Amino acid sequence: MDTLSAPLTIAFDYTRSLGPVLGRFMAGLRERRVLGGRTSDGRVHVPPLEYDPVTLTPVTDLVEVSPTGTVVTWTWTDHPREGQPLDRPFGWALIRLDGADTALLHAVDAGSAEVMRTGMRVRIRWAVDRTGHINDIECFEPGDGPPAQDARDGQPAQTARDGPQAQTAREPVTIMTTPIRLHYRHTTSAEEDGYLRALADGRIIGQRCPACRKVYVPPRVCPACGIAPDEVVPVADRGTVTTFCVVNVPFAGQRLTPPYVVAQVLLDGADIPVPHLILGVPAEAVRMGLRVAAVWRDRSAWATTPENIDHFEPSGEPDAPYESFAEHL
Amino acid sequence: MNEVAVIGFARSDRSVTTSGVETLVPVFEQALGQAGLGRREIDFWCSGSSDYLAGRAFSFVSAVDAIGAVPPICESHVEMDAAWALYEAYVKILAGEAETALVYGFGKGTAGELDRVLALQLDPYTVAPLWPDATGVAALQARLALDAGMFSERDMALVAAQREEASCVEALLDRPYTSMPLREHDAARVADGASAVVLAAADRVRGRRAAWISGIAHRVDPQGLGERDLTAVPSATGAARAAGLGADVDVVALHAPFTHQELLLLRALGLPRSTRRCPFPAHAMFSAGLSRIGAAAGEVMSGRAATAAAHATSGPALQQNLVVVLEA
Repeated sequence: MDTLSAPLTIAFDYTRSLGPVLGRFMAGLRERRVLGGRTSDGRVHVPPLEYDPVTLTPVTDLVEVSPTGTVVTWTWTDHPREGQPLDRPFGWALIRLDGADTALLHAVDAGSAEVMRTGMRVRIRWAVDRTGHINDIECFEPGDGPPAQDARDGQPAQTARDGPQAQTAREPVTIMTTPIRLHYRHTTSAEEDGYLRALADGRIIGQRCPACRKVYVPPRVCPACGIAPDEVVPVADRGTVTTFCVVNVPFAGQRLTPPYVVAQVLLDGADIPVPHLILGVPAEAVRMGLRVAAVWRDRSAWATTPENIDHFEPSGEPDAPYESFAEHL
Repeated sequence: MNEVAVIGFARSDRSVTTSGVETLVPVFEQALGQAGLGRREIDFWCSGSSDYLAGRAFSFVSAVDAIGAVPPICESHVEMDAAWALYEAYVKILAGEAETALVYGFGKGTAGELDRVLALQLDPYTVAPLWPDATGVAALQARLALDAGMFSERDMALVAAQREEASCVEALLDRPYTSMPLREHDAARVADGASAVVLAAADRVRGRRAAWISGIAHRVDPQGLGERDLTAVPSATGAARAAGLGADVDVVALHAPFTHQELLLLRALGLPRSTRRCPFPAHAMFSAGLSRIGAAAGEVMSGRAATAAAHATSGPALQQNLVVVLEA
């Protein structure tokens, strides 16, 4: 039987400081100019290197190269993936721009693989909205002349630098933002699977380490012994607060209004506490040793998730003595 | 002077969970069993893995659960194939800071879209934002070699046929391209998995079966895909020279995620195509390179070879390369 699994998407905007070389390179793209970095051996690198690989000194000499170049090698992708420059079949290519000595990777909007060949001439298609990012180059397209947009504007890109806002436009870009989104299928272990299926039944189970006899909830490989757990042990849905914190700080995605309490709850029959919310009692009244009981959601809402337990609240039993949970802090 | 030897190896080509813990427990038991050591006799633990692979933060910390870190252990991690973790452990033993080490790698390459995940190892300013797929990047390298006449698509299919026994080269060449000039068989099957290698200093090897490390080195090529000759793999050549690899080695275990890379590596390492090669069963991310070292060591420990070499790669288009030479 397959263990439980579920889709998982992770997304984050990576912001990166650019420094003097890439900052100028990106500022150049914003005004439709490609800058290469000249190293001590006279070679022009596009994209520019930040440090000279021979002398190890910072690269400072940036020179403009042509937006037109030659395909050095290529491949074809029939099924573009999320985030790639084009959403229709396109070619990836390493392209050596005229005036450069190294090749840059980008997409070629050639329409069909039959058009692609090593040595073909391609030119930049500039993005309409440019922000100082590598995506300011929308892609390359077959062609030997200057980029079509330059012709359409009736002026070569280079004259842009003489305009009234040219000085601002030429300020190096300091930060670039790249959104990263990755998709996964998260799969549980056999032990996690059993634990989640029991929860869907309104039961909490742990498993015992065959060596040290400790009961882990949720069940897991014993981190002290490095041994897989075996005996399945039913655990109560009530226990003792071993330690807790009062959350006073608001944060994105927060579901409760601060202040509220998150505690470590040592369920009766377990040797390791689980973290959970303590509600139904003022934050200042929560204490180590407080006895609490699970408040389950309506049975009709149960699924294979720890969310079946909405929170814990005081059970009304006398506090547990410190010695009874001192070992589990 | 031989000072460090491989004395144990185990691998698993399945990993059902994203943390690797459950897969590692039996792999450790098996490797330690072959080495004749208990886990408390390991002075240093070192792993290779990447959180991006399965989208699980600090998975290398979770993985320590599999060791049983009570009392506390000495441990380290690299976000590279675990072959590089082996290099760290080797240096640790040479430095006299450990006499034994267990090196492990793990990864669940099938948990995410590997072709996209690997885009994040590319230059974060000018390349990664374009999300080049890993197979596409490899295809750019393959075409350069084909255009240069270094080998043919048929030669590549021949490598694939050797990997997938019973495959007919003609049938393979009839298959469609996935990323021209690569076909499906040109990419090694991506697997989930884990492996572990046990190392020991000479004093601790005693009567155990051992494959002695006579040389080990790693090198890296520039990050920019357009900055280096993608067909020459100078870092592999440099690592082979520094590790003392000779063309007369009995058997070699290459870590080539794509068929054309196996052919490029033979040239870069100075090995004839007739060199006996350990089969490459599958590309288990972050443990495959370490497993190549284990496979080469197995050839020596079993007596099938007097000398063996292993190669591991990390990064895009063979950017980083490590070579180990082993002897009886």
